[in-house]
Amino acid sequence: MREAKMKVFRGDTFEGGKFEEYAVPIEEGMVVLDAIHWIQREKEPELAVRWNCKAAKCGSCSAEVNGRPTLMCKTRLDRFEEGETITVQPVQSFPLIKDLVTDVSWNYAVNKRIAPFTPAENADFTFYQEDIDRVQEFRKCIECFLCQDVCHVLRDHDRKDAFIGPRFLVRAASLEMHPMDTVDRTPFLKTQGGLGYCNITKCCTEVCPEDIHITDNAIIPLKERVVDRYYDPVLAFLRAIFGNKKKGKIQDETGKVREE
Amino acid sequence: MADYEVHEHDVLIVGAGGAGLRAAIEASAQGLNVGLVCKSLLGKAHTVMAEGGMAAALANVDERDNWQVHFKDTMKGGQMLNNWRMAQLHAQEAPECARELERWGAVFDRTKDGKILQRAFGGHTYKRLCHVGDRTGLEMIRTLQDHSVHQGIAVYMECTITKLLKDGNRVSGAFGYYREKGNYVLFKAKAIVMATGGVGRAFPVTSNSWEYTADGAALAYEAGADLIDMEFVQFHPTGMVWPPGVRGLLVTEAVRGEGGILTNNKGERFMWKYLPEDKKGDYAADETEAKAWVADTLAGKLKTEYKRPPELSTRDNVARAIYTEVKEGRGSPHGGVYLDIAYQPAERVKKKLPSMYHQFKDLADVDITAQKMEIGPTMHYIMGGIRVDADTAESRVPGLFAAGECSGGMHGANRLGGNSLSDLVVFGRRAGRGAADYAKRLTAEPKVDEKQVQEAIEEMEAPLKNPSGVNPYQLQKELHAVMSSKVGIFREDSELKLAIEELQVLKGKVKNLGNVGTSKLYNPGWHLCRDMKNMMVAAEAIARSALSRTESRGAHSRLDYPKMDEKQGKENTSISKDGDQMKLVKTPTLEMPADLKELFVAKKEPAHA
Repeated sequence: MREAKMKVFRGDTFEGGKFEEYAVPIEEGMVVLDAIHWIQREKEPELAVRWNCKAAKCGSCSAEVNGRPTLMCKTRLDRFEEGETITVQPVQSFPLIKDLVTDVSWNYAVNKRIAPFTPAENADFTFYQEDIDRVQEFRKCIECFLCQDVCHVLRDHDRKDAFIGPRFLVRAASLEMHPMDTVDRTPFLKTQGGLGYCNITKCCTEVCPEDIHITDNAIIPLKERVVDRYYDPVLAFLRAIFGNKKKGKIQDETGKVREE
Repeated sequence: MADYEVHEHDVLIVGAGGAGLRAAIEASAQGLNVGLVCKSLLGKAHTVMAEGGMAAALANVDERDNWQVHFKDTMKGGQMLNNWRMAQLHAQEAPECARELERWGAVFDRTKDGKILQRAFGGHTYKRLCHVGDRTGLEMIRTLQDHSVHQGIAVYMECTITKLLKDGNRVSGAFGYYREKGNYVLFKAKAIVMATGGVGRAFPVTSNSWEYTADGAALAYEAGADLIDMEFVQFHPTGMVWPPGVRGLLVTEAVRGEGGILTNNKGERFMWKYLPEDKKGDYAADETEAKAWVADTLAGKLKTEYKRPPELSTRDNVARAIYTEVKEGRGSPHGGVYLDIAYQPAERVKKKLPSMYHQFKDLADVDITAQKMEIGPTMHYIMGGIRVDADTAESRVPGLFAAGECSGGMHGANRLGGNSLSDLVVFGRRAGRGAADYAKRLTAEPKVDEKQVQEAIEEMEAPLKNPSGVNPYQLQKELHAVMSSKVGIFREDSELKLAIEELQVLKGKVKNLGNVGTSKLYNPGWHLCRDMKNMMVAAEAIARSALSRTESRGAHSRLDYPKMDEKQGKENTSISKDGDQMKLVKTPTLEMPADLKELFVAKKEPAHA
C-alpha cells in the first residue's frame, strides 16, 4: 500500500513543540483530515485537532498544509506529488493551544462588538432576491478564520488591537447591505474596525474556502462608504441638509448605536 | 482530588445547535440568568450541516397550505406514532418561528413577490421548505448565534457535560470539563435543557458530525428520564459513497426536490417499483408526468397541476429501495445508485445546489452539472429520544428538559425532511420557556451533592490512570461493526439478539477504557472514552427497542415481520434505567382529540404541489 509522508506539528503552549513524522497508508480520495484521524486512531490518541462536519461546512479544521492555509477536510492527498512530504501545522495568527488547535476566542470577542442586525420596528419584510444576492454571498461564511490567518495586518503585524480582520468586515458588510437593516456602521468600521489598515492585497479572498469575494465585494464597498461619509464634501453637505435617510442610526466611533 | 470551577445559572442549556441556541435566547428573554454549554466552538454544531430547508406552512408558494396539512403530513410520515400534540404545536408554530428568524437577520431565498421562497420535499403535500440554497442550517445557526451573543447569555465553549447532578429526584446541576486544559467545571442550575443532538457516531456510515455521540439521551437516561422509540433510526437515502473518506456525507434531499432522478446500473428509474400501493396515487404516473412536474419547477411556476416524481417518496422508503437495488446487483461501481441532476441547465444547478456542486467537485472529482452522482443510504437521524411533555418540553425528571434531536415523540416512526430545522426552533423556544417557568416556580434552590461531583471526577480520571486499558478508537470500531451489520436498515430477530449480546461484551470493555496518555490538555482520546459510554447506552437502547417491535413501520424495517401491525401502531417503546439494567415497556400512544382525528378521515386529497 502506498504511504503518505506526513510531518505534523506536535506541542503545546506550555512546552513548545516540534514536527513529528508519520507514514500514513493512502486510500483513494483521502483528505489530510483523514490522515490526521488515522494517526490519532492508530498511533497518537492525544493528537489534538478540531473538526466537526468533515464536509467543509463548519470551518473547524483550519490548518496550514505545506504553508497554505486550508481546511484539512477539503485538501486531498492526491494533490501532492508522489513522495512529497505533507507538512501540517496550526494556523499561525492565533495562539497555540496544542498540536493543530489554536485559541481563536479573539474572533468571538470581535463579533460581539459589531452592532447586530437592527430592522425598523414593525418593518414589513418584503424584499427581493436581487436585493440580497450579495448579502447571501457574505452569509456563506463558515467562520474558518483562514482569512484572519492569512491577513498581513493580523499575521505579520499582530494588530488585533486595531483591526477586526476580513472575516468581520464581511460580517459587517452582510449587515450594512441587508435591505432591512437600519444602522450605518461606517464610523465604527473606520475607527475601531481599523478598515484603513487593509491594503487590499486580496490574500483573504484567495484562501476563502467558500469563494467569497472578500476584498472586492465586502471590503472595497465599505471603504467607499468611509470615503463618502468622511471625505466627500458634496455628500456631507447633502447629509447636513437632508439627514442620513438611508439608515437612520449609526454605530459611532465608540461602538455605540445611536440615532443620527 | 482534582479541583473544579463553579458557575451558577437559573437555566443551563447543554448544546448550542439550533435547539440549544433558541432555548437559551428564550430563557434569557424571560429575565433569567442563562448558561450555554457548547461541546465545540460556538456556531459549529451539527445544525450547520442541514441543507434542504425548514418546513413551515407559510403558504407563500402555495396558498392551499396550512398548519393542518403540515400536521397531517407529519403524522402520516411518522406512521401515527408521533406525540400528536408535538406535531400540532410544531405545525402551528413553525411559520412564526421562521418569520422570527427573518427578523433576527436570516436571509432566506425569495419568491418573485419578495416573500420567503419554499421548495418541495419528500412527504410534504405542498412546497413548504424555507431555504437558502442548500445551506439552510448554516443560515439558521449563524442567525441564532449572532442574535444570542447580544442577550447576556454566558457561553462556555469546548466544554463537555459528563454527568447530570440531582437533589432527590430533581436536577441540581451538571458536571463537565473544558477540552482546552482538561479542567473540571460544576454548573449549579435550577433547570437544565438538553439539546445535544443525535447518535450518529455510533454508526460507521453517517452524515453526522463528531459531536453526535448520544450525550443527551445517555445523560438523561442515567438521570432517570425515559427514552422513547429508539428503534426508529433514519437512514437518509442519499449519502456520498465514494471516495471512502467521505462515505456517508449527506447529499441533500433538495437534489430530488429540484428534480433529481434515481437510476440503477441498467439505467432504470426504479423508484416507481417501490412506491407503496396506497401512496401510488400521490406521485406522477409515468416519466411524462414527472417530466412535466420538473418542467413547471424549472419554469419557476409556483403551483403545478402535475404530481411529483417518485424520487420524492419518504426517506425510509427511498433508502430501502436503494439498499435493495444494490443488494440485488443493480448498484453502481462503488456500491450505490445514480442520482442525476445534470440533465438540467448547469447554471441553475449551481445556483440551487451550490454546496453540492462544490462538495462533489472538491471531494470526488465529479461535476454534478455534467455527471451523475453515486449515492447510497447513510445514518442520518434518530426519531427516538428523551420523552418530553409536548407543551413544556419537560422530561420525567423534574427540572430536566429536552429539545431537538435528543428529544423523542415529535417525528414518530419517521421524520420528514425539513421538519428537523423547524423542530429545533419550535421546541427550543418551548423548552427555554418551560425551563424558565420551572426555575421561577422553584421555592428552594436545589442542592448539589458533593459525593456526586466526586463520582463524576473519578469517572473522568479513570482512563488517564489506565495505560494498558482498551483504546477508545478501537472500541468505537467494534461498536461500528455491530451497529452496521446487525442494527442497520433491515433488521431481524436473530441478528438483533446477537447484537445485544455483543454489546454486553463491549460494555465490559467500556469499564476498562484507557491507553490515551496521561495529559488532560486537549486530549481527544481521553474525550472519546467518555463519548463511548454515551454511545453504548444509545446503541443498546436502539437494539433492544428494535428487537421489541415485531413489525415494520416507518424507518424500522424487520425482515422477519415485513408488515405493519395495528396493535403495535398504538404503542411507543419506552426505555428507562432500572439499577444496572435497561427496562423496556410499551406505553400507549397519546389519544388524539376528535377535531384532529377528523383531519384523517378520508377525503379526496388535493393534487400535490
